Amino acid sequence: MKNLQSIFAAYLIGWGVFFVFFVSLAARWGRINSEIERLKKGDTRGGGGK
Amino acid sequence: MVRRILFGAVAVALVVLGAYAAFFVAPEERTMGDIQRIFYFHAATAWAGETAFFVCFLANLLYVWRRAAKYDWLGVACAEVGLACITVVLITGPIWAKPVWGIWWTWDARLTSTFVLWILYICYLLLRSLIEEPERRALLSALFGIFAFIDVPIVFGAIRWWRTQHPAPVIMGGEGSGLDPVMRKVFFLNVLAMHLLAAFLIVERYLLERAKGAIQDLQREAEAQ
Repeated sequence: MKNLQSIFAAYLIGWGVFFVFFVSLAARWGRINSEIERLKKGDTRGGGGK
Repeated sequence: MVRRILFGAVAVALVVLGAYAAFFVAPEERTMGDIQRIFYFHAATAWAGETAFFVCFLANLLYVWRRAAKYDWLGVACAEVGLACITVVLITGPIWAKPVWGIWWTWDARLTSTFVLWILYICYLLLRSLIEEPERRALLSALFGIFAFIDVPIVFGAIRWWRTQHPAPVIMGGEGSGLDPVMRKVFFLNVLAMHLLAAFLIVERYLLERAKGAIQDLQREAEAQ
C-alpha cells in the first residue's frame, strides 16, 4: 500500500480528536458530579459552570 | 446508563468496522491510489458534522420560538460535536491533499467555506462563554447559530457551483459522477458509523448540559433562600 503513513496519520489523528472530545466530556462530568456532592452538603459557593 | 454504554460501544464498533472496510474491502482508486482511502473517513465525518449543524440550526430555531432550555442544550451539544467533526475534516483533508495535489491547502471555495464554518462555530461557543445570564446566553447564541448555519449550504454547494481544486462531488453530483458499487457500500457504512458516533456524543453532551442547568437552578434556589 502506497502512502500508508499518511492514511494511518489521517485515521489516527481523526480518531484522536474524537477521543480528546470524549475525555473532555468525562472530565466535565467529573466536575458536575463534584458540584452535585457539594450542593448535597449544602455549600452553594461552587460555580456550576456555563 | 447501560443503554448509553451500549450505544457508545455499537458506535465505536461500527467506526472500527468502517475503517476495516475502507482499508481492506474497498478497491484501490485508479488515479489517486491508496491515499483515496482517507475519503471514507473524511467525507463521512463531514456529512456527520453537517448533520450535527443542521440539528443545531433546528434547535436554535425552536429555542427562539419556544424559549425552552432543552433546545439550548441540544443546540450547544450539536455545535460542539459538529465542530469536532469539522476539525477532523480540516485535518484529514490536507493529509489527503498533499500527496495528490502537492500542496497541503489552497483557498478554493470548498476549503475556504469549510474553514469559515469552523471559525463560525468556534465563535458560537465563544459567545456562549462570554454571557453569564442563561436566558440571554441561550437567545443570543441561538440567533448567532441561525446565522452561522447559512454557511452549511455554501459548503455543500461550493463544489457544485464553482470550479474548485477540491474534487467534484461523487455523491449527489449529477450526471457523470458516482462511485464504484463496493466503494459506495463502504462509504455509506462509514456515513452510518460517523452519524452514530456523532449521535452518541450529542446525547452525552446534551445530558451534561442538562445536568449543568439543573445545578444552576438548585444554586439559584439555595441562594434565594
